[in-house]
Amino acid sequence: MSDVKVVKTLDCTGLLCPMPVVKTFKTIKEMQVGDVLEMISTDPGSMPDMKAWANQTQHELLEATEAGGKFKFLIKKTH
Amino acid sequence: MANGTNKLALIASKGTLDWAYPPFILANAAAAMGWEVGIFFTFYGLPLLKKDLKLSVTPVGNPAMPMKMPFGPEAFQNINWPIPNLITANIPGFESVAVNLMKKGFKNKGVATIEELRETALEMDVKLIGCQMTMDVFGFKKEDFIDQAQIGGAAAFLQFASDANVSLFV
Repeated sequence: MSDVKVVKTLDCTGLLCPMPVVKTFKTIKEMQVGDVLEMISTDPGSMPDMKAWANQTQHELLEATEAGGKFKFLIKKTH
Repeated sequence: MANGTNKLALIASKGTLDWAYPPFILANAAAAMGWEVGIFFTFYGLPLLKKDLKLSVTPVGNPAMPMKMPFGPEAFQNINWPIPNLITANIPGFESVAVNLMKKGFKNKGVATIEELRETALEMDVKLIGCQMTMDVFGFKKEDFIDQAQIGGAAAFLQFASDANVSLFV
């Protein structure tokens, strides 16, 4: 995924459900189609939630990883 | 949305600090996924539409409610204090203690307040509808509620819910 250019980073560290998906939704709304958003969170629930969110909104979840209690998501705006 | 617009129809019937959360959390999550969302506030859910929210919670008669301290070392915070109804119901001010403990606990963990969740729900076009009949019964006026609140009856809710994918009574 080294060719992915992150346009914006959204830090949801410390926030619990449903704020990570709400903030992701609001942020991606302001971005351009094709842009990639990086979202960082610490809520373990954000892993299944972000997968569901991407599935429902049809934005592309390029990456969903966890390292040391931090979750990182790369989302490409598709529409 | 590629899957057509999904729709969530909620009934919020409880207005305590704890039970105010589920409808607003679900509404926010659904709206963030592009769903159309409406919450119908009836009976004790009506105060959630008030301009000035003064929500409280009581452990009286609720043995499932954990009584935990939102401060101190983690081991201390994890202790569940078994406080009998005799005390929770009779010590003056105990309820406000319980309310403050819950608010502080939620805040420490990173949970948004009901005020914040209501605001973000409105920003995402969630419809908030007050039940006219219970407003009349309990003496609520439209002016008591936030400007964005709409008023409706059972038929209006059912029409909204008739093509909803998910309908829940909270």
